Parts: sequence; structure tokens; C-alpha cells
Amino acid sequence: MLLMLGCTALQAQKYMTKTGYIKFYSHSPIEDIEAENEEVAAILNGETGALTFALLIKSFEFEKALMQEHFNENYLESDEYPKAIFKGQIKDFSSKLVKEEGEHKVNVTGELTLHGETNTINASATLTVSKDGVLGATQFIVKPEDYRIRIPNAVRNNIAKEIEVTVRVDLQER
Amino acid sequence: MKYILSILYIFAIPFLLVAQSDDELIDDLLGEESSVVSSTFKTSRVINGHSVEQPAKGEMDFRISHRFGQLNTGSYDLWGLDQATIHFSLEYSPLDYLTIGIGRSSYRKTYDGYAKLAILKQQAGMPFFLSYVATTEIVTLKNEIPDYEFKHRVGYVHQLLIARKFSKNFSLQLSPTLVHKNLVPEAGMKNNIMSLGIGARYKLSKRLSVNAETFLTDFGPMPEGIEYHQPISLGIDLETGGHVFQIMVTNSLPMREVGFITETAGDFFKGDIHLGFNISRTFNLHK
Repeated sequence: MLLMLGCTALQAQKYMTKTGYIKFYSHSPIEDIEAENEEVAAILNGETGALTFALLIKSFEFEKALMQEHFNENYLESDEYPKAIFKGQIKDFSSKLVKEEGEHKVNVTGELTLHGETNTINASATLTVSKDGVLGATQFIVKPEDYRIRIPNAVRNNIAKEIEVTVRVDLQER
Repeated sequence: MKYILSILYIFAIPFLLVAQSDDELIDDLLGEESSVVSSTFKTSRVINGHSVEQPAKGEMDFRISHRFGQLNTGSYDLWGLDQATIHFSLEYSPLDYLTIGIGRSSYRKTYDGYAKLAILKQQAGMPFFLSYVATTEIVTLKNEIPDYEFKHRVGYVHQLLIARKFSKNFSLQLSPTLVHKNLVPEAGMKNNIMSLGIGARYKLSKRLSVNAETFLTDFGPMPEGIEYHQPISLGIDLETGGHVFQIMVTNSLPMREVGFITETAGDFFKGDIHLGFNISRTFNLHK
């Protein structure tokens, strides 16, 4: 009996989802481009505050199929680099945070690996704790050039230098 | 001793259960990527003939094609550029696996319509793509032939497209084709013509590929004064942001199947070569 309790207590420390949402948005004077991925996997370690995110590049959906094809074939080269992975940490995390119902402002720092390149990301995020789980949300900027994503001159003005990334994950205790 | 070990073992179970690292766990959560192969060809045509590619569901492909005159007509005609045969078409996919298209060519003032059905897709456990295309062409050029009826203007084409993307850069397609013409130019010529299309694509860079295409055709008996040849086409696919340009040299003037498979008059190896291009622009109709 004690063993079983110990078991659930240990397992319950992880909050996770496989249907997280990530959108990116590129604004330029010529056109706005956005794509959404609703199959993002995410894990929050409720004891340490460690965060792990992963997604498949091919799961990003664009309004135009041709754009999606270009995104995969020419820019992100998803056959070669199928995934994007983020490994990070909530700063000044304590395990009480995920037990306390309400909205918490936190800072996250970590490494984003995309297109074979890894860079540090710092972002402020909100964790909304309820009895249903932990809702995490954040927004940050990535620059294509930091990830060796070459944009040809012909479309340079169509794609923003800074891409806005929006993240929303509804993490469930497992 | 055994007793102590088994106690230790039991205590270790909960730890073993959570021993799965976040890295392993995230892969489980993420699941497998779909293995369906994409971008076998750049666009819905290899050069003249259909490829296994189709516009995505809800998208309309507007295509404009030109074939200029023969290069060997010399400088007076600016190596053929003074003449142009045109074709334009609207091609729409109401479903993921179905495309319907209508078009019109200045070649014998021909209207055409087709339906393309994707049957199999190359993926894990399936080594190739298979599609079926049915095309109808109606010639509307006026003529003085006695007893000429509407039915004599019509031709039909049935094609299977079997394609495989062998590597990131190389794709090959075989297209067994049956062309039925209700009227042939001379008595004794075949109404049903079998042909095997062979098309290939090699990608040179992210936005540029070279393509080659021919149709091995059994023309049957050809009366004197009529000379048809296998169509041979070489081209490049050039992709810019929203357009695909296909630029080619070909011995076929017509741009639809009845025409280029059964009525190619030029001999490629004698220099009866037309410069030409296809432009494809895709529009989103859903949303």
C-alpha cells in the first residue's frame, strides 16, 4: 500500500501533454505568414521545474499548401531535421508553485534546437495552476538567421527577420 | 540474503517506473512522423504529361503554357519565338485525392477536361505512388470534312501514373497510357493507341530541378504524308515564392495527351524543337 502511494507520488511530479499548441507569425510589409502546430509534446517536472518541449516540423500547418511545402523543403529541411526540441528550466522554481492554484509569472531559460542549430532562449511565461492541471503560456522571438535558415533575396522582404512564437500548453498531471 | 535482496528489489520498483527520462518520454509523447513521401515532382506535370502531384485540397492551380515555333526555322522567325501555341487551364482539388481540371489550347482550338485520382501513396510499406487520370479532349477547329459530326471531334485518354521517389533528389515515373481517338486522319490508322510514358526528375538545388520525359508509342501503320514521332522533352523546374516555372525544349507542339502522345510531328533529332514554358500559380479557395 505504501509502495503504491510512493509510486503515484513520484509519478505525479510530471505534468505533460501531447497536444500542445505552438504558432509562429512573421509580419512583413508584403505579407503576413503564420503556421500552427497542435501536436506539441511538452513535459514539466513538478519537482525541479525542468521543461522539455518537442515538435515535428512537418506538423506545422499553413494556410497555403505551397508555403508549407517550401517551409519543409527549402527552409527547415524537415527530412534532415524533423524535430525542434527545447530543453529548459523555470528560474527560481519551487515545487509549491504547481500546487498553488492561480496565475504565476515565471521566467524560463533554455536551449532551442532547430534546423540543427542550438541557441539560448529567455522568455517570461505564465503558469496558471488549477485542479485540472497547469496551463503554460509564453511568447518569444526567434531569428531565422540564428538557425542557419537562409532566405533568398527574392523573398527577403516577404519574411520577417524576427519571428514571433506563441506557445500554449495544457499540462496534465500523470 | 535472498530475502533482503527481494525487499530491495520491491523498493526499487517505483524508482524504476519513473526512471524513464524526459528525453525518452518526450519521444513517446511526440509519436511517429507520417512516412508519406512528399514532393516527388515539383508540380502536377513532369513536363507535358501528368505527374503524381496534385494541388492540395481546396486549392486551385492556374496554369499557363506556351510552346514557341521550331528552333530550326532560323533567324527570320527568331528561332520560333514569332509563333506561339498556348494552353491555359484551371485545376482544382475538391478532395485530397481528387483533382479536376478544364483547359483550352490554341492547338486545333481544343478544349479539355480531366480528373486525376490518387490511389496509393509511397510510404513505409508502400514503395510507389499510383494515380489514375482520365482526360477528354474536344477539337473545335472548323473544317470542311463531309459528314463530320460532333463525335469526330472527341478523344479520350486513360493513364496510370506509377511513380517512386528513389532519393531526396531523384524521382521516376512510368505512365502506361491508352489514347482513343474517335476520328483518325486516314483510313487504316489506329483509333486506340498504347503508349508508355517515362518521366524523371533530378533535383539540382532546393529550387531547381531538371526533368526529362518521353512517351514510347505504338503508332501503328502511318500512311504516306503522315509522320508522327515520339515526344521527347527536356526541361527545368524553377521555383520562386508563389510560382513554379517549367522551361523546356520539346518536339511536341500540343500540350495535352491526345495531341502530344499521338500527333507530335517534329523529329527531335532533326532539330524540330520548340522552346516552351509552363507557369503554375496556386490559389487558395478554402477559407
